[in-house]
Amino acid sequence: MCPQAVKVGIIACCGEEIPEGTVARVATRLVLEELRPNDTVTICLPLFLTGDKNETDFAKVYPTITVDGCKKRCAQNATDKLSGKPTHSISVEDVAKKHPEIKLRSFDKLSEDEMRIARELAEEIASMVDQILNKASI
Amino acid sequence: MSGEAKVVIIPCSGIGKALGQVSRIAAFQVLEKKPGVARTLCLALLTMGDKDAAEVVSKTPCIAIDGCPNMCAAKNIEASKGRLVAKIMVTEILRNNKGLRPGGIIELNADGRKLADLVAKEVASKIDTVVD
Repeated sequence: MCPQAVKVGIIACCGEEIPEGTVARVATRLVLEELRPNDTVTICLPLFLTGDKNETDFAKVYPTITVDGCKKRCAQNATDKLSGKPTHSISVEDVAKKHPEIKLRSFDKLSEDEMRIARELAEEIASMVDQILNKASI
Repeated sequence: MSGEAKVVIIPCSGIGKALGQVSRIAAFQVLEKKPGVARTLCLALLTMGDKDAAEVVSKTPCIAIDGCPNMCAAKNIEASKGRLVAKIMVTEILRNNKGLRPGGIIELNADGRKLADLVAKEVASKIDTVVD
């Protein structure tokens, strides 16, 4: 719990080369737009990596949750490197492995099954947000 | 989306505004239309200094599609000593098509899709000049 935190920063991989990048991105937007719109902010990962102090300070200003699409974990590693250890880290695989029957294939519009993975991931991210903001019991 | 290709298309990963999504969708459209000719790679991976990604952009002509003036895609290809052959700015194409009101990030609205089509055409035409 971060009692002083007002909002939580979510940094997602968005990897263009893999379908998991799209799932990470959609899950993050679901949290930002639908699940916790008043409690969360985001930043483009490449901008976070290469921006000026305003951008690289993002994870110093906000407690962060990183959302990665592959084992290279760009979001988590970038946050670690630039701003310190993320408060929570999660990857698409953490959720997808519970649904081995669903194969992630889409890069643009997610299928109904893929959307289920994105929604489940979004719910997990939202729980992490609540935990950070101490809203778990609300 | 990966493998041997004649051109690498790298869209920005903008997650905060619709124009980032426009750049991604445009890239995916071109990849579908030109299998074997074009590929993409993760911009964040390149920006993190991944050796394999840096090798790909140093050996293959790259087209950057950027959604905002920060131009993360173009700048990071250049910073990685990549062969940047074209920079496409979504905002410029939007400026030339003032009637469009792109919106939506999880899913683009109809104007966002139209803008993505226009960006994809521009990218495809750049590929033709590089490949021919």
